[in-house]
Amino acid sequence: MKRVHLYSLTAVLCAVSLSMFYYKVVYLGFPTMPEQRSEVWRIEAAIEFEASGGPAKVTLQLPQHIAPWVLVDQSFVSRGYGLTTELHDEGQRAIFSTREAQGTQTLYYRATVLRSRHPDAVAEPRPVLPKPRFEGAELVAAQAIVASALQQSADEPTHAALILKRLQEARPGDEASVLLGREPSKKRLVNVAVDLLRLADIPSRVVNGVALSPERRNAGFVHWLEVYHKGAWTSIHIGEPRTDALDYYLPWWRGRLPFVSVEGGDRAHQTVTTSRAYELSMRVAMSEQRTLEQRLLGFSLFTLPLQAQALYRTILVIPVGILLLVALRNIVGIKTFGTFMPVLIAIAFRQTGLGWGIVFFSIVVALGLAVRFYLEHLKLLLVPRLAAVVTVVVLLLAVLSVLSYKLGLDRGLSVGLFPIVILTMTIERMTVVWEERGAGEALQQAAGSLLVGVLCYLVMHAAYIEHLTFVFPELLLIVLAAILLLGRYTGYRLVELRRFKVLAGR
Amino acid sequence: MMFDLARRLREQGVLGINRRNAEYTLLHNPRNRYPLVDDKLLTKALAAEAGIAVPELYGAVEIQRQVRDLPQMLSGRRDFVLKPARGTQGDGILVITNSARDRYRAADGAILSHDELAFHVANMLSGVYSIGGHPDKVLIEYRVNFDPVFEAITYRGVPDVRIIVFLGVPVMAMVRLPTRRSGGRANLHQGAIGAGVNMATGHTLSAVMGMAIVDEHPDTGNPVAGVEIPHWPSLLEISARCYDLTGLGYLGIDLVLDRNKGPLVLELNARPGLAIQIANRAGLQPRLRAVEEKRDSLHTLGDRVAFACQSFPAAS
Repeated sequence: MKRVHLYSLTAVLCAVSLSMFYYKVVYLGFPTMPEQRSEVWRIEAAIEFEASGGPAKVTLQLPQHIAPWVLVDQSFVSRGYGLTTELHDEGQRAIFSTREAQGTQTLYYRATVLRSRHPDAVAEPRPVLPKPRFEGAELVAAQAIVASALQQSADEPTHAALILKRLQEARPGDEASVLLGREPSKKRLVNVAVDLLRLADIPSRVVNGVALSPERRNAGFVHWLEVYHKGAWTSIHIGEPRTDALDYYLPWWRGRLPFVSVEGGDRAHQTVTTSRAYELSMRVAMSEQRTLEQRLLGFSLFTLPLQAQALYRTILVIPVGILLLVALRNIVGIKTFGTFMPVLIAIAFRQTGLGWGIVFFSIVVALGLAVRFYLEHLKLLLVPRLAAVVTVVVLLLAVLSVLSYKLGLDRGLSVGLFPIVILTMTIERMTVVWEERGAGEALQQAAGSLLVGVLCYLVMHAAYIEHLTFVFPELLLIVLAAILLLGRYTGYRLVELRRFKVLAGR
Repeated sequence: MMFDLARRLREQGVLGINRRNAEYTLLHNPRNRYPLVDDKLLTKALAAEAGIAVPELYGAVEIQRQVRDLPQMLSGRRDFVLKPARGTQGDGILVITNSARDRYRAADGAILSHDELAFHVANMLSGVYSIGGHPDKVLIEYRVNFDPVFEAITYRGVPDVRIIVFLGVPVMAMVRLPTRRSGGRANLHQGAIGAGVNMATGHTLSAVMGMAIVDEHPDTGNPVAGVEIPHWPSLLEISARCYDLTGLGYLGIDLVLDRNKGPLVLELNARPGLAIQIANRAGLQPRLRAVEEKRDSLHTLGDRVAFACQSFPAAS
């Protein structure tokens, strides 16, 4: 009965822990490895123009609704210009303005985007868009194309695809060429397609975007169209580019407005540069979150001040060390002074480093023992005697710090972080064991404590474990489950195998 | 190799410390009963009340101030034992074999001044030897004048008999024999040897020293096996009664045989050690299981003792 209870409890703990872990890794993109980096893209648009001397105003389209991408960061470099951003019907734009501009002006806009792991799927209401103005022969041609496509289509997307196909297959003299004109550009094609779709009452819009590439000096804009269907916008590309290339299309702004327009200047010219970079995944994951998740993250350890974060990096590995300690005590059967003393020693080792930690620990315990044996002659009562040993230990630590500093060993300074009271209790327990059971047993237990301390240190100091417990504290629930299971481990301890060996028979 | 060893030990029914804790002490020893055995002063009172013979209590030191009254308490006592009430594994016990004015001779031959004795008592009071370092009490009691039956296989000190009682049935026993290494103490951790006992007859078997099986006492060289423990039936009966007294299902009882007073209960232990299995060359588990199976049919004290004699004779 107890077993069933225990097993279900541990199963629940593991399930909760793993599902939180899974959510954070897969949906929030938290890195499972320390210092992991993820791919981000930087896009820089430089706008150059010749100012005519008077006031100048530059309007720049800003990226909006860029799913499946997420805008992580953006910045403007525009010396001497005032900057405002405003929303308009089809997106968002930035307006740089200045009273007086003379000569060649350069403005920069920089954006950092990364591919979202979880594209938003928010249903939008069916938009009402203005009807296009076709007249005369164009109206007739447009109506003919729409009508013939309608006959062959099943629904709006197929209708749209058919209209687009019809435009792409335009031959001189047919209805489509009337609308497109001679040798139409892709932009023209997309514009006409949108008009036709709107004529057919299918909401659609022009999308202007950038094809991201790892290192591109002068990226031109690409154009495609989006068709509204059942609450979402579907992209339709012209000329069917390869699908893996489509993965790197970044939608920027919508509609027919130019990317940049300049008042009070001429010869406006833009250069768009794209580049790929790698950022620390944790930073990226933190900045990428949507509002709901940001509220969740609001309760994560990353929101603490940096000092507190450093503290928790230490605190959160303690249960892992404890788990190892429990295993070493109950499965291996190593004897230690004080139940959790080795873990506290291990924490001190994190500051001093392993080698010096062992040296300092041995020196302090050995000198402390000598003092304690001397105090034995004075026949002091227990509490004053312990207090005397504490004082001696404190002095020893101070002297060791100074000595090692004079010798040029910086590590010696952190010796003060040794748990003083724990050291004192260790010295006291060691004396009692020394007197009652002999030096051998006392030294053996001291060595056992130190060995367990070192093993705990190695586990607690592993960058990987520290990272996992700090970024995914929920994993400690698994540690808890393991500790609970060890609480019902009834098998032999390893040292017992040796102890009872004579009973094993042949 | 390791798993094979573990499997063979399991087959022999050897009880490990994890299983002892999880399936016996945790299950059968209610926590609120522990103070009865952890505090030797309480145990003594309890046993005396039930008519079980214990070493006579000369006095108890309960607070530091009483250390001053020590000479008064000890006046007229030539030999006695000082014992922390909550000590573990025999730590801190001081046996005084002879005293004159303010000089005391300890069992290991050391001569102590009165101040040294008082310091030792003060240490015991402050909890140096107690579980968890809590403040303690000190018992001053009758020094057992032990029965010469084990004289040939004892090096100084007092040999005692440890009996494990499970649910009121004595399941295993051993005689703990002090050695030179144990400094006269009857504690296996301190180097004493333990000889297994045939539960049916009360005859000793071979002994365990550390982890090894020995046939002779390391100091006297006499064979340990084949010594008949006097009053064996009454030892079984006393230990079985301790179960009714304490309500602890898994209990270790330490008894001594006094030359004049017969069997005396020294102390009870709610977490008795497992070395007794090596002394008896037998695992505890088959015996514990046998008791669990038959517990409903064992109604009286006599039933339980008889069951023990019948069921658990020596292994070989």
